[in-house]
Amino acid sequence: MTPVRRLTGTTLVLPNENVDTDQIIPARFLTTTTRAGLGRALFADWRFDASGAVRPEFPLNAPGREAAAILIAGRNFGCGSSREHAVWALVDHGFRVVIAPSFADIFRRNALKNGLLPVAVSEAVHAGLVRAPGATLTVDVEASLVELPDGSTVAFAIEPFARFCLTTGQDELQFLVSQDAAIAAFEAKAPAASPLQEVV
Amino acid sequence: MSEPRTLFEKVWSEHLVRAATADTPAVVYVDLHLVHEVTSPQAFTLLRERGLRVRRPDRTLATTDHSTPTDFARDGHGRIVIKDAQAANQVRQLETNCAEFGVTLYGLGSERQGIVHVIGPELGVTHPGSTIVCGDSHTCTHGAFGALAFGIGTSEVGYVLATQCLLLEQPKTMAVTFSGALRPGITAKDLILGLIAAIGTDGGSGHVVEYRGDTLRALSMEERMTLCNMSIEAGARTGMIAPDETTFAYLEGRPFAPKGSAWDAAVARWRSLKSDAGARFDREVVFDAAGLEPMVTWGTSPGMGVPIGARVPEPQGDVSREKALRYMGLQPGQPMLGRPVDVVFIGSCTNSRLGDLRAAAGVLRGRQVAKNVRALVVPGSQQVKRQAEAEGLDRVFREAGAEWREAGCSMCIAMNGDALRPGQYAVSTSNRNFEGRQGQGGRTFLASPLTAAASAVAGRLADPREYLA
Repeated sequence: MTPVRRLTGTTLVLPNENVDTDQIIPARFLTTTTRAGLGRALFADWRFDASGAVRPEFPLNAPGREAAAILIAGRNFGCGSSREHAVWALVDHGFRVVIAPSFADIFRRNALKNGLLPVAVSEAVHAGLVRAPGATLTVDVEASLVELPDGSTVAFAIEPFARFCLTTGQDELQFLVSQDAAIAAFEAKAPAASPLQEVV
Repeated sequence: MSEPRTLFEKVWSEHLVRAATADTPAVVYVDLHLVHEVTSPQAFTLLRERGLRVRRPDRTLATTDHSTPTDFARDGHGRIVIKDAQAANQVRQLETNCAEFGVTLYGLGSERQGIVHVIGPELGVTHPGSTIVCGDSHTCTHGAFGALAFGIGTSEVGYVLATQCLLLEQPKTMAVTFSGALRPGITAKDLILGLIAAIGTDGGSGHVVEYRGDTLRALSMEERMTLCNMSIEAGARTGMIAPDETTFAYLEGRPFAPKGSAWDAAVARWRSLKSDAGARFDREVVFDAAGLEPMVTWGTSPGMGVPIGARVPEPQGDVSREKALRYMGLQPGQPMLGRPVDVVFIGSCTNSRLGDLRAAAGVLRGRQVAKNVRALVVPGSQQVKRQAEAEGLDRVFREAGAEWREAGCSMCIAMNGDALRPGQYAVSTSNRNFEGRQGQGGRTFLASPLTAAASAVAGRLADPREYLA
């Protein structure tokens, strides 16, 4: 994972609440066996109609919006399916940060593993960002602050270990692999047999 | 005396390989990892990239369900053909990955194949008090047995394959207490749709929900699975139900349930799996089940549900509700009853077990699916299919004019060719009414198997209580 310490980008506003991962990437794109190239499927059914024609009213289709790196989304963003493809599609399209009043749990966990920063902000801060599409923001991961266009800053919560992984480019798997001795010790003392020892 | 603990806290603490520190989350051990074709290929790739093996193949079980056909076409050698090339490749990759890494696979053609959350319990690999994960958000289904079971993304699928562990922040706890008996024609599906309509699709966010109360104790394991299955639709990390005699009776004698003295020891251990008197939850909700009506959704989020006798609600200036009404082609004030229906889908990890099929068959027996309706009945597993056929349920469905299929996720997620056409309306026993979930442009009314079957006969949204013998 590429380290993310500080990032400046413009915003794209998609204020709908409860945007589910079926909207972020419809299931018909999930027969892929790689992580690559899913940006083309991002919000496919909101960007294009059934005939494949562009829906010009959708914010992601507005001219110049391809460059936006910060998505301003509504409450409970990423609810529904656990598909990490939703995060891969957002990242492949160029998003690095999603700012919303709240996130669905699995989406948030998936995002942090792929260098996509989920930033939860108050409804009041969110409302301000919704009113200013295309604004330039700076997100400082190490300081856990968003710098707003007016120069003020807003703090956001992020777990220390998630911040460590984002800013160093390490991932959780490296840490878990380093816990091998503790895992082996746990397995040696745990009473529960494997559930897959079939007894007939 | 020790502090009273919740069911969740007991299972959580028993699986801590390493407690959380100021800098790192807890390392939590996973007893059982269920794997399917859609969310695992990139995880096996991660193992290869890092030179890692599957740590515990004996705690890992794979099946194919999401992108697999439910109408088996066979080639000249009797092999099942998957027409979509990408889906075929995905299924082949799972076969290759499982063979290379030594993982048991009940794949296409196996008599144990089926929806991952149907086969786990029916094979008896789902044990009370265990930790279970799968790259699928409906893993919460297994919480019906008092397991701590939740969905994970593909990165975490790779982590669990490699280390049998996850790094987790401890979730909060929430108690949902149901009171009163369900009336005739009201099912566990109505119970969970009613709850989500009340608390919202993020009502359980950040929490593990324990379902409790007298309503629950009367529910079968299959009904409890339906309830826990949709915990994710309330945004919860998962749902759990303390195991009881109903749980033990369901599990006893299943292929992977403990046997002999090991069974007795397991049951003795499982009896302690309940929240202690006085245990504290971060949030508590009480829900009256006795007054519940059959529920149906009108919108594009599982929380947009109303009693079937209700009218399409006003959007009240809510942009999401206005958008949902436009997508669904509904007008505020229209009655839900009588809305025309094109397709009825009975299946999915929510409602595809034997009891669900019996309920639907009870309505369809001696009746006909309306001429304008296509009805699909998709059993959750090959075992459910065999049991249903042994009881003659397949005949009931076929004689009524419904299609009787092979096991899989089918039109719940519409990855395998079973899909709505743009604009079509479906009454579906599945779990998600999101835009396009059942096919691009398709429109979903979520409901119980009884309501789905009644609507198939009526050709429009119908109250199942008018069809009960």
